Amino acid sequence: MTLKKNILALRQKKAIVEKGGGDKAIEKQVAMGKLTARERILTLLDEKSFHEYDLFVEHEERNFGMEGKDLPGDGVITGTGTINGNPVCIYAQDFTVMGGSLGLKHARKITKIMDHALKMKVPCIGINDSGGARIQEGIGALAGYGEIFYRNTMASGVIPQISVILGPCAGGAVYSPALTDFVFVVENISKMFITGPNVIETVLGEKISQEDLGGARVHAEITGNAHFYALSELECLDQIKELISLIPHSNQQKAQRIEPKEPKFHKHIENIIPSDPKQPYDVREVIYALVDDSKFLEVHELWAANIVIGFGRMNGETIGFVANQPLYLAGVLDCDASDKAARFILFCDAFNIPIVTLEDMPGYLPGVDQEHAGVIRHGAKVLYAYSEATVPKITVILRKAYGGGYIAMNSRHLGADFMLAWPGAEIAVMGPEGAANIIFRKEIMEAEDEDAMRQQKVQEYIEKFANPYVAASKGYIDAVIEPSETRGLLLHALELSQNKDDYRPAKKHGVPPF
Amino acid sequence: MQIDKQELVDFAVTARKYKTLLTTKYKNRKTWSNPSPYEIQSYIPGTILEIFVKEGEVVNEGSPLLILEAMKMQNRIEMPFTAKISKINVEVGVRVPKDCLMIELEAID
Repeated sequence: MTLKKNILALRQKKAIVEKGGGDKAIEKQVAMGKLTARERILTLLDEKSFHEYDLFVEHEERNFGMEGKDLPGDGVITGTGTINGNPVCIYAQDFTVMGGSLGLKHARKITKIMDHALKMKVPCIGINDSGGARIQEGIGALAGYGEIFYRNTMASGVIPQISVILGPCAGGAVYSPALTDFVFVVENISKMFITGPNVIETVLGEKISQEDLGGARVHAEITGNAHFYALSELECLDQIKELISLIPHSNQQKAQRIEPKEPKFHKHIENIIPSDPKQPYDVREVIYALVDDSKFLEVHELWAANIVIGFGRMNGETIGFVANQPLYLAGVLDCDASDKAARFILFCDAFNIPIVTLEDMPGYLPGVDQEHAGVIRHGAKVLYAYSEATVPKITVILRKAYGGGYIAMNSRHLGADFMLAWPGAEIAVMGPEGAANIIFRKEIMEAEDEDAMRQQKVQEYIEKFANPYVAASKGYIDAVIEPSETRGLLLHALELSQNKDDYRPAKKHGVPPF
Repeated sequence: MQIDKQELVDFAVTARKYKTLLTTKYKNRKTWSNPSPYEIQSYIPGTILEIFVKEGEVVNEGSPLLILEAMKMQNRIEMPFTAKISKINVEVGVRVPKDCLMIELEAID
């Protein structure tokens, strides 16, 4: 009989703590259009898969009236579970408990589950909804943040780390998401900034709303701090499920393979790209035409739209795609596009995901703002990331590959394993107009009709150099292929590189141009 | 995706112009202009605490022009070279944004 009594007592105890901040606080949370921390975890994880850890952890603060104050779970729910059968570690800050503020014990619950994730080699998901440091705990809260950041760094490149911003995430707290691999935000709910609107107004006199300063859209489109943007929490949780099924559990594994499917995209691949190199198209259509089931999960969809990155499957296996996007800014590389591509390449390399690069780029974005923003330093990250990557690296040149951009976009010279080009590809040191202007400057200047001579020389240059055959004659391109052969050749290349072995000199770590 | 031809703009990269769309961030970027040495601008937003000069006055290089308080620091703004103060656009106590044209100078013969 005693055991039964104990069981009942446990159930009672659990029920109290599981209520979090209580009915009133939950009402407030719901009124803000938010799910509770527990609902978020239960919605994200497979049914009945959640196992909670440290439900009965209590804070130890004795100052500032904290003695005897009950904070259920110390404001954070932690545990393990599965998403579509994939094991994960997870924590969710509970805004209903003292604003989800982070005290030392709250942080220790998080670091414990992070340590667990790193040891078990499973992804770690953090749901952020917190007013920030628990001021009453003073330096204890700071220590807590620091210990989380340290673990984020230790786990980087070992297990995938995902941050979900479902509420405020301000001050030091933003650095944990910034250190993780993917950040998810939701319109009207996510707020991220180092210093909030109040401080900015007091110190600098600049008036700005929370939404305009660090709302979801700002981070998804302007800063690039967020990788995925959703209009509702449920859409956001669905995005996480999709991502989790596409990436491996750790750097020691490959992503789960599923049954291959043929692409179902309706447009024929030969009809996507206009023959006039000045006309745009949506490069995502080329990706749809190549990937299994025409399914592509785009990362950073809104930020630096001049380059497209994301995951699709080929022969059932996860592939990382990097593609210049002529639809935006003519597909140039600039500071943001370089950062976007470089970090994605590093992620794919760390987690054994082959990289397919689709190239159609006119060069780097000209402008004082770009040069002064350090496009040299940013652009170098792309060179570094491609050169360092040892996963299978395949490039298909769709149309233009000019100058520095040709080198940067996973060229043979940076270690590409397979270099393919469509027959209309222009691989040259620069665009024909620019090149003709320089090479034939004298002839053009001395001609009676300068324009006619320029046109003639441009045409000459196009015929002689703006094609894939010069590069092919030197072996920089392995094959010039018909667009309709692309998927078949990619599948073959990926199959051939299953056991790719590539070595890098031993080092502690490189010194990339951050 | 259907591309709306109306929205496409000419976008020059080297000698060729491409038809393309612009991103919001690109549209909102600050275009660069050559700074004039005769314009004293605030390099940080702040509050004017004190002004030491008057319009029409000739001021020597290195002399203080004003105190701009920002981030709890009192920044002494000095005359970059000897010149005449042609116009003062700020008053003591006003809060100025970044890149605000505070004082205009005029060359002396």
